[in-house]
Amino acid sequence: MLRLEPRTAAPWWLGLAAPVLAVLATMLAGGLLFALMGFDPVAAIRTIFWDPLFGPAAGYSRPQLLVKAGPLVLIACGLAVGFRAGIWNIGAEGQYIVGGICGAAVALAAYPAEGAWIFPAMVLAGAAGGWAWGMIPAVLRNRFGASEILVSLMLVYVAQKLAAWAAFGPMRNPEGFGMPGSRNLQQYPPAANPELIAGTGIHWGVVAAGVAVLATWLLMSRHIRGFHIRAAGMAPRAARFAGVRPEALVAFCLGLSGALAGMAGLFEAAGPGGQITDSFGSGYGFTAIIVAFLGRLHPLGILLAGLLLALTYIGGELAQLMLSLPAATVQVFQGMLLFFLLAFDTLTRFRIRWGKAA
Amino acid sequence: MTASDLFQAQGLTKTYPGVRANDDVSFSVRPGEIHALLGENGAGKSTLVKMIYGLVRPDAGRMTLDGRPHAPADPRAARGAGVGMVFQHFSLFDALSVAENIALGMDAPPPRAELSRRIADVSAAYGLPLNPSRRVASLSAGERQRVEIVRCLLGRPRLLIMDEPTSVLTPQEAEILFATLRQLAAQGVAILYISHKLEEIRTHCDRATILRHGRVVGTVTPRDHSARELAAMMVGAEMRVVDRSGRQAGEVVLEVAGLTSAAGLDGTPLREVGFAVRAGEILGIGGVAGNGQEELIAALSGETTGRPGTVRLGGADVSALGPEARRRAGLLAAPEDRLGHAAVPEMSLTENAILTAATRQQLVRGGLIDHAAARRFAERVIAEFDVRTPGPGTAAGALSGGNLQKYVIGREILQEPRALVVNQPTWGVDASAAAAIRQALLDLAARGAAVVVISQDLDELLELSDRFAALNEGRLSAPVPTEGLTVEQIGLMLGGAHGMEVAHVAA
Repeated sequence: MLRLEPRTAAPWWLGLAAPVLAVLATMLAGGLLFALMGFDPVAAIRTIFWDPLFGPAAGYSRPQLLVKAGPLVLIACGLAVGFRAGIWNIGAEGQYIVGGICGAAVALAAYPAEGAWIFPAMVLAGAAGGWAWGMIPAVLRNRFGASEILVSLMLVYVAQKLAAWAAFGPMRNPEGFGMPGSRNLQQYPPAANPELIAGTGIHWGVVAAGVAVLATWLLMSRHIRGFHIRAAGMAPRAARFAGVRPEALVAFCLGLSGALAGMAGLFEAAGPGGQITDSFGSGYGFTAIIVAFLGRLHPLGILLAGLLLALTYIGGELAQLMLSLPAATVQVFQGMLLFFLLAFDTLTRFRIRWGKAA
Repeated sequence: MTASDLFQAQGLTKTYPGVRANDDVSFSVRPGEIHALLGENGAGKSTLVKMIYGLVRPDAGRMTLDGRPHAPADPRAARGAGVGMVFQHFSLFDALSVAENIALGMDAPPPRAELSRRIADVSAAYGLPLNPSRRVASLSAGERQRVEIVRCLLGRPRLLIMDEPTSVLTPQEAEILFATLRQLAAQGVAILYISHKLEEIRTHCDRATILRHGRVVGTVTPRDHSARELAAMMVGAEMRVVDRSGRQAGEVVLEVAGLTSAAGLDGTPLREVGFAVRAGEILGIGGVAGNGQEELIAALSGETTGRPGTVRLGGADVSALGPEARRRAGLLAAPEDRLGHAAVPEMSLTENAILTAATRQQLVRGGLIDHAAARRFAERVIAEFDVRTPGPGTAAGALSGGNLQKYVIGREILQEPRALVVNQPTWGVDASAAAAIRQALLDLAARGAAVVVISQDLDELLELSDRFAALNEGRLSAPVPTEGLTVEQIGLMLGGAHGMEVAHVAA
């Protein structure tokens, strides 16, 4: 019989080795899968992990790395703060969508006005929208003890319907010949979130992600609130004894992660995406959960993990284009990554024993 | 060793990573004797009895029971060989009845009617009244222990191991337990009795084997030695006697009136609790755990807030304030549960200093943590309270219970509170560390603080407190001066023996 036995003392480096091992195992298992499907596994892996950075088309794909990593890192930073406290916001995707809608609404209401206030106001509205969407599970948990996991997740689907309604209804472009979707904000300069330095992919969302990495690192390692968040995650009673009010912590964590996800949504709507459509959500909110765990809930780790997951997006697209791998490749890869990470995490804390109990 | 020994151990050795829990332990138990295993926490008592009961296998050495080799592979084999054990912590299911619980713990339970009859027989024969159909949830701690004992006795053990059985009992309940044990001994059952309560062992045990750091110090007749001599053998040094002098009661600092609270998790709600403690005074609150102790310390620390006017510090109403605001005002607390309540096990000692000392020691400025200041404060606690640890970077969970307790109490005392409330300050702490903690509490009172000590250890309360009150089912008795109070009087204040003595008179 197979049993898991807790390790008395796990070596410190195992915690850091797990993400690296998970990436390697994902490559191996992915290669095996491609071979079974009749593709050349070496070429597939190289197309996904190597070509976007150093291949012939790297000039196009390298800036895309930051475009994709920006929202992932921004969202994951907020999620990681809550995860440290044991507050599980699974609905960042919904907060991302609502943030995008709210921010775009400010731009569309202002159209065709000019003014330097418009873009900052959109950012604030995006953050506020995400915050409000995150506060729904917070209030329901504090008031009725409802699971924030289920509520936040279900609100994703509500947000998706909201985006469809906005794209077909009030936000539809009056000059869009009846096509669903809002005006393209890229073509409305006061509201646009353009590439700041040509050829790098850096837009305001990437800048915000960098600020979020620094700010959450400061919060978690230097600020007393970050200390209380960690204490609450490890020993809730001790945190209470230290003076932490659990309800306030739930509101703070869900509000913060919601606001950051909402900002990410706005930056996307005003930048790379350009408009609110009925399929505005792009899965960043869910992938960010993988980013947070792969980065060990640490801001620096999240930065690296965000870049890696962005690579799988771009490499997956490239593989579709070059090798005609199926479109689901990216999702399979990301899913395997999380699976292997959880498996290796379990093995850092437990060892496998065969045979019956001693 | 003689041929008349029921149980013998020779050269038992067990090593855990970093610790030699038992080192060449040899001793023997005769049939019909109550044999004490005496030692500080960490002396190796638990490891030793776990080897006898088949929970742990020795690295070296051998045991014999009734002249036959005794090497049980698991507790079932040990029970089969005639060894029974009653654990300190009960393993009973609240939702099940007494009979169902007993059946669950048996290797081959008989049919229900037969089992109920045998439970009735055993409990009548030994003065342990039990209703087999009652739910365990409704039983007192003493009654729960009876369930465990009856479960053991149904297996007709030749050697019965009792692990700190009286720690949950009132003095009267303990007396009744000893009557049962003596009756068993008279029938030839050998009893191995683990405790660190010296008076109890002197009064009731025929012989005592003393362990220190995993080795046998000697086997003695406890009646022939004073409690201080036994303690000296246990600790290896003369015991420190606490110094109660130099204190003068001043103004009332902490005043509690009409404190009523909701019950915590499987606890007892407080009912109209009231008391006042003066500067320089120690109030002892006794009682069996689960009678409102957790709720009382939560209401005083600020983890639960109360109606206006229920808790006053220096005349100011602090009832509505949370833990941090109360600390700022000077009311500090140290809860019983060290791991997970008073300290975060995964965090370092430095971080655990921040947990309660952030405000009073100015470890946080403008919201940012001053890690250097926190480390200095942690180092001060470690130095002044003799906490044995490699340094302030060590995780709290890596410390032994006694060392962490010294750290937790020291962390509060060094903040110079106006009033300090502690729950079970020396629970699970070895004798020398316990003496140091008690002295520190007395010194704090001598510096003018009001101190409330909640404890189940009556000797500790008699040693420390100026006045004594009993907490029973959420109600606090009126505090009385400790001077001249006997253990028997205290036992009556604690609510007697929960109806046990009646059964014994009948039996």
